Order: sequence, then C-alpha cells, then structure tokens
Amino acid sequence: MRPSAVRLLNILVPVKRTVDYAVKIRVNPDQKGVDLNVKHSMNPFDEIAVEEAVRLREKLKDEVKSIKVVTIGPPKAAETLRTALAMGADAGIHIEVPDSAPAPEPLGVAKALRAVIQREKDGVDLVIMGKQAIDDDAGQTGQMLAGLMDWAQATFASKVVVDPKAKEVQVTREIDGGLEELKCRLPLVVTTDLRLNEPRYASLPNIMKAKKKPIQKLTPAELEVDLAPILEKVKVSEPPKRVGGGKVENVDQLIAKLKEAGITSVKS
Amino acid sequence: MLRLRPILTPGSLHRRFATVAGPHALVLLEHRAGVIESGSLSALTAAQQLGGQVTGLVVGAPDQVKGVVEKAKKLKGLTNVLHSSSEQYAHSIPEVVSPLLEKLLSDNTPYTHVVSAHSSSAKSLLPRVAARLDLPAVSDITSLEHDSTSNATTFTRPIYAGNAIATVRAPESVRVKVFTVRSTAFKASAEDESAQAEEKAIDPVEVSNPPTQHVRTDLTKSDRPDLGSASRVVSGGRALKNAETFKATLEPLADALGAAIGASRAAVDAGYADNSLQVGQTGKVVAPELYMAIGISGAIQHLAGMKDSKMIVAINKDPEAPIFQVADVGLVADLYEAVPELVEKLKQ
Repeated sequence: MRPSAVRLLNILVPVKRTVDYAVKIRVNPDQKGVDLNVKHSMNPFDEIAVEEAVRLREKLKDEVKSIKVVTIGPPKAAETLRTALAMGADAGIHIEVPDSAPAPEPLGVAKALRAVIQREKDGVDLVIMGKQAIDDDAGQTGQMLAGLMDWAQATFASKVVVDPKAKEVQVTREIDGGLEELKCRLPLVVTTDLRLNEPRYASLPNIMKAKKKPIQKLTPAELEVDLAPILEKVKVSEPPKRVGGGKVENVDQLIAKLKEAGITSVKS
Repeated sequence: MLRLRPILTPGSLHRRFATVAGPHALVLLEHRAGVIESGSLSALTAAQQLGGQVTGLVVGAPDQVKGVVEKAKKLKGLTNVLHSSSEQYAHSIPEVVSPLLEKLLSDNTPYTHVVSAHSSSAKSLLPRVAARLDLPAVSDITSLEHDSTSNATTFTRPIYAGNAIATVRAPESVRVKVFTVRSTAFKASAEDESAQAEEKAIDPVEVSNPPTQHVRTDLTKSDRPDLGSASRVVSGGRALKNAETFKATLEPLADALGAAIGASRAAVDAGYADNSLQVGQTGKVVAPELYMAIGISGAIQHLAGMKDSKMIVAINKDPEAPIFQVADVGLVADLYEAVPELVEKLKQ
C-alpha cells in the first residue's frame, strides 16, 4: 500500500445493498432467513459515508484526488454503486458474487477490502464506511479492516475534519455517555454514525452522468479472497411476540395500571 | 436463559475422552472513575454460562487500575484477575490496547473465549483484535450455549433491528471465540464478600508513536440513573418541540419516578436531547421495568431499542401511532396536558 502523492487524498467508500430500512421484516417459515423479495437500498450508514466523502471534496476541492466506491454483491448490487456515483463518487468497484452465494461475514469483507486497497495503484488514504449494516447489525467491518491494515480507526463519527497537508484527521465520535474527540494520522478508517450528515438525493442530471462513470468488475478469486462464512447459520427465527394495544382513557386509569404493576412515585 | 445441554448423552459415551480442558473465558472488565461498568458485569455472567474458568482483565492508567482490581477480585465466579497498567491505556484507544490482547491471545493462549459488553469502547476494540488474529467475532449476543464435546459455541443475536433472531454456531475450528454481549440479556454479576480471586499483573505492550491520540471526552453530567441500566425510563420524541420544552416536560416526570431520561432519534437529531440519550437500533438498547414513551411515534428503529422493556406505557396524540401496538398501556392524549396531570397525581 503506497500512500498517495503529497496532499492529495484518495478516498474509498465501501457500500452495501441491504433491505430498505422501512420494510417490514418477515421471517420465512423455513427459518432459514427473512423474506428478501422486498425493496433494497443502500445501507443508510453507507449513504452517510458517501455523502461525507462528497462533502470533503466540496470543502477541500482538488486536494481530494478520487472518491471510489466498492461493493460486494450479486449483479443487482451494481445499482447501489450507481446511486453512489450519482451522489458524486468518481468510479465504482463491484466485487461480484452469485445471487445464491451466502452473505459474506465482516472478516471476509474486510479481507476483500484490504485486497482492493492493496491493488489501488494510487493507494488509499481514507476509508469512510457505515458503522453497521442494518441487516446483520454486526458493526465490525470497519474495525476489522483497520486491524488488518494496521491503520488508525475512528468509529461512530459525528464530525470529521481532514487536514490533508498535515495528513491528520480530527474526529468527534458518539460514545456511551457523550462525545469523544480523537486526532488520527492518515491512513485512517472512519465509520459513520447517524448524525455525521444528511445525505443528498441525487439529482436527475447527476443520475444521468453516473451512467457514464466506470465500474470495474472483480471476483473474489481475482482478489485471492475466500468469502465463505466461518460461522454456521443455524436458524433465523421470530423474536418473542410483544402483545400490546392496551389502552386507558385518562391519567387516573394510567396511574391505576402503574400501581397494579407496583410502580409508584419515589417521593410519595 | 439457556441451560447447558447435558454432556452424557448416549452418543458421547463412545466419544474419546476430551483431553482439552473446558472453556476458559477472558472477560474485559471496563471501568470509569474507579467503578466497574455494569455492562461488563453482564458480560461476566455470560462468560460464566460457558461453563468453565473465567479470568477478568482490567486495563487502564496506573491510578485507575489498582482500585478496580480490588473490586474485581470480589466478583462472584471470577477465577482470577489479570491487569495491565500504562498511561497509554488511560483512554481505551483500540490501536493502543489491541497489541496487549493480541499477546494474551496468541497461539498458545489458554483462553478459548473473549467476552465484553457491547459498549462503544469494547465494540471498537474487539473486532480489531479478532481480525488481527484472523478470527471472526459475534456482536451483541442475547444468549449462548457451549458444547464441550464438540467445542462449539452457539449464540443468538438480534438482526434487522431485532425483527429477527439469528442463531449462529462458532465451530471448533474457531480457535478463540470473540463476542460482545447485550447487557439487557444477562443479569449483572454480583459481588461476593467471601470471594477473593487471584490477581496477576501483565506487562503493558507499549506502542511507540500511536497513530491516534485522545483529545477530549465530554460526558453528559447527570444526577439521574444511567440510561443503560436504569429500571425506569421516561423517553421523549419529536413532539417535545425544543430542548427547553423537552426538559421542562420530562424532568418532573422522571424525577417523580426516579427514572432515567431517553430520547428518540428524531428528538436527538432536532437537538432536543444529547446523543447519549438516544434509544434505538443504533443508540442504546434498554430493557427497564418501565419504559414511558412520550410523544414518540414508535418507528421500527426505536422499538429495536426498547421492546424488551417489562412494561411499556405510551402517551401520544395520534391513535394510529405504531408505539401503541407494543404498549401495554396506551393513552391517546395531548402530552402537554397528560404529563403534568400525571406528575401531579403521582406525587399525591
């Protein structure tokens, strides 16, 4: 991995095609998975990552040399790359796997991303990616990639300030109980949290422009990476059902219900 | 809570006698201001359910570690406590702490499992460690079961914002099983005055010229119970108009009930409450005795953070709000009338 030429940033944004966040999830009766014949979109945290890269270029202008997006997925995942290109990324990399392939695990994804980074002839200085995917909710890939590369890492970022000249990044992160500020040297992996930014909607002209931007296709074999899962998926089941719908008509009835449950005020 | 499967089944009588020892878990005991984090105590409970030895690990700055180790030694179920001190360890920077864990878990390690709470610090650290050891990791587990004959551990964990539960099995080929624990799923381990685990100091692994430096930490100061472990939570949504109204409306209710205060994502995004109060899929997951959702519509992502609460009460003007589908007690009313009335009548 060679760092880029002095002061010019090469940014890589991994993105994932996931079930859309608003879809009502249905567990299949065979308990092998959830119904995937539903609307899919770019993982919301990855949208935030793409947006952050584009804003960095708007701020730093020529100091950002390239913004590349990469995804691992079946042929349909190319749509997700096109969305990112329409938001402002320059080029895409599609690591294509068959529709029937089992979902890769974070460690496998991190190894694939490492291979991509090592093949980039201009190098990669900054990886910005979502803190978790809303399907598996694992939240590991960014940290694993940083570990494999032995790079700095800053997770759950709510603010990112890059100084390309100093090759330093100031990151504010959301942690349990508040905020933490870190100063990191490039190269760096940042994972995005909800409040980092609000992603733009791609305009129609940009969607048209995106069709002409290049998408490089690769296979895991070409990257010499094995994406076969290590953990065994035993089953996917429904969570215990919560029976709700109880109603009261006024505050007095509410207090009566609380009392029934043994809940009274602390200063009676 | 899962029970361990009995080992003496007909098949196992014909298995070769296991020459390897049972599981030996290493539990990260996180701490702040000299107190062991409650999430770590839940991680300890989970580690004990593996059925073998449990070693605690305390890492921190020299002035922090000593007091924490004394407390750790009294925890029920800990075989021993390892500790490592360095000024470098003052702020839990993964790039700096990881080398210590990698050393403890290298090829001839006695540890079969590494466990922590699903805290923001541990979940930043453990996957990095796992990857550097070429190991997978399992996040945010809600139950576990270890089978000593096959040396495999099976976990359950929520996926799709808790709308499905995945059961995954880490087979014997996974040399060390690394996982983080959802603290609401495991009761915090208690102290046992008679317990006195052995302690052992481990040399820190100093990192020269670390790429990341800690600049500052800003924690929201509050006299209230901690949201993550409170038995009662009063939570506000977007309907609370602004930060002043959020405070003015919810604080009296939280005070009356001795509750922690939470917030929906919408409320935090709009600036009514600090991000540390956010309850949801990507915020805090809570399971208190009482969760009161005030002016919260009940989006899937919010429910993911509170639907395991024992009793859910919702106050919302909109009778169609999804929150009512999970609420045990729902009141369709204007919260600006209902909440003050509730506070007054509770105090009577």
